[in-house]
Amino acid sequence: MSDHESTYVPKSGIEKWFDSRLPIIRFGADYMSLPTPKNLNYWWTFGGILALCLVVQIATGVVLAMHYVPNTELAFASVERIMRDVNGGDLIRYTHANGASMFFIAVYLHMLRGLYYGSYKAPREMIWIVGCLIFFLMIATAFLGYVLPWGQMSYWGAEVITNLIGAIPVVGEPVLIWLRGGPAIDNATLNRFFSLHYLLPFVIAGCVVLHLWALHHAGQNNPVGILIPKDRMAKDTVPFHPYFTVKDGFAIILFLILFAVFVFFMPNALGHADNYIPANPLVTPAHIVPEWYMLPFYAILRAVPDKFGGVLAMFGAIGVLFVLPWLDTSKVRSMRYRPTMRTFFVIFVLVGLILGWCGAQLPDAPVIGNFKTFVLIDGDLNSYLWLTRLATLYYFAFFLVIMPLVGLRETPKPIPATISEPVLSGGDAMTAAAPASPEKKG
Amino acid sequence: MAESVVTENGTGGDASRRDFIHIAAGAAAVGAGAMLAWPLINSMNPAADTLALASIEFDMSKVQEGQQVVIKWQGKPVFVRYRTPREIQEAVATPLSALKDPQTDADRIKAGHQQYLVLIGNCTHLGCIPTFGAGDFGGWFCPCHGSHYDTSGRIRKGPAPKNLVVPEYDYLSDTRIKIG
Repeated sequence: MSDHESTYVPKSGIEKWFDSRLPIIRFGADYMSLPTPKNLNYWWTFGGILALCLVVQIATGVVLAMHYVPNTELAFASVERIMRDVNGGDLIRYTHANGASMFFIAVYLHMLRGLYYGSYKAPREMIWIVGCLIFFLMIATAFLGYVLPWGQMSYWGAEVITNLIGAIPVVGEPVLIWLRGGPAIDNATLNRFFSLHYLLPFVIAGCVVLHLWALHHAGQNNPVGILIPKDRMAKDTVPFHPYFTVKDGFAIILFLILFAVFVFFMPNALGHADNYIPANPLVTPAHIVPEWYMLPFYAILRAVPDKFGGVLAMFGAIGVLFVLPWLDTSKVRSMRYRPTMRTFFVIFVLVGLILGWCGAQLPDAPVIGNFKTFVLIDGDLNSYLWLTRLATLYYFAFFLVIMPLVGLRETPKPIPATISEPVLSGGDAMTAAAPASPEKKG
Repeated sequence: MAESVVTENGTGGDASRRDFIHIAAGAAAVGAGAMLAWPLINSMNPAADTLALASIEFDMSKVQEGQQVVIKWQGKPVFVRYRTPREIQEAVATPLSALKDPQTDADRIKAGHQQYLVLIGNCTHLGCIPTFGAGDFGGWFCPCHGSHYDTSGRIRKGPAPKNLVVPEYDYLSDTRIKIG
């Protein structure tokens, strides 16, 4: 994969003319003929889905920017105008708003796939790190975009999140005022958020180029997780086109069905009703919640009783992902062959969902029934506060304790010598546990 | 010709002089970059018209005993609370040892006007507006993350690190204040 030699032969005159001046047709042809591990399952289709999400967000966003007015007096009304008066504006806005959610569904599955199959391990560390950077930029972009409609959740979300920066000792306050462009969230803030919301997707696009460059240099991982030896390349890989263009294309169609269900039948299901109330700096909504895709991190923020500590924990929860390649001590990439780790992984996914659920609840509310148990330090044990803390503890322990220790102590299952072996041997116990192994369905 | 130039610079004193030029040119470029970036960064600081809205006046006689009026100053809510004798008594009686951010009630009011409390109405945790008269201490309760403030606006329980901020203000007359 990494030493893929160009097999493109320019045929027509114009192809030859381009090939000696700007070999862009060769670039595309080489991409299409890229040798790809033949055992990639459907979990590998989210890369293509994410590329589509970025294109959809940029295309709808550029059009929305033609109708939107980034001014505190006019922003809310301009969004309502898009919804009511602009031709097809409601569809464009709903696509953009739900597109953000779809983007995050895909990126979380994409990241979990990388985590499960050890796609972050050598020689693919840079693919993972650039990916984490893209994820961080996505969060920033989504947050900035959510402020633009200038509803109550927009305003108070911006208030709460910018205040996080104010928690930094010494420099926090001046940086906060600089970031907001005034003593409070106001027109200056809205204007710069709009500018940055337009900018960051293109920074993401640039990072995607780096992500793919690193991917094609180091070569794709695969469900078995072994590096394909040079002499097996011909047997264990197939050209990207048509094999994976078709597979990705099919997955994209399924994904677009889900996307369409939200856009056409339940466009506000993932949003918050309070954001249809114009921003009011003098009234805080009873319950401030971020969009669903930020909830796990919001829960972690609230789990820590100290303000700056909470901010550190929240950013730490994303920061720890960047060093993941060095926290995992296992020599085996794929968790197919790491039964112990796989159990911890399943718990990790559940904990992520629990954190998301906790992030949407009031911290003091009871988890089970409606009774009090006893107060532990600063909250009742039967409260979301303590459930969140337990889940937060597992989140960090998974990366900082479980990953390094299990890698050293576990006994992995035998790893096949080639990626063909588990398939050709008729699907033994090793492949039986694999999620979505489409080769066996034929 | 070219070869001889390379060998000359590759050895002896000329090499360090060339290194010096490289480092000096690099440093100058970084310095110039920073100088060009600064006006752009500084432009994001509050503009002159934003800073010009720095002060307002308020007539205290509009507030009834036991009541709170919220006014907007610099885009933020300001609480003006007319405290009842019982609320003042509670605030004064609280020992400093019970406080997370110790401050006496006298430090948070103007002498002779202890019934009036003037505070910036943003929770010192993450900036939500605390609810008047709620919470375990009769002052304010922040619904966002559960911070409780007492009748002097001091943090008593919850994640907020500081007391509600007392803005700069002065009594222009017995009933009129100027904030900012």
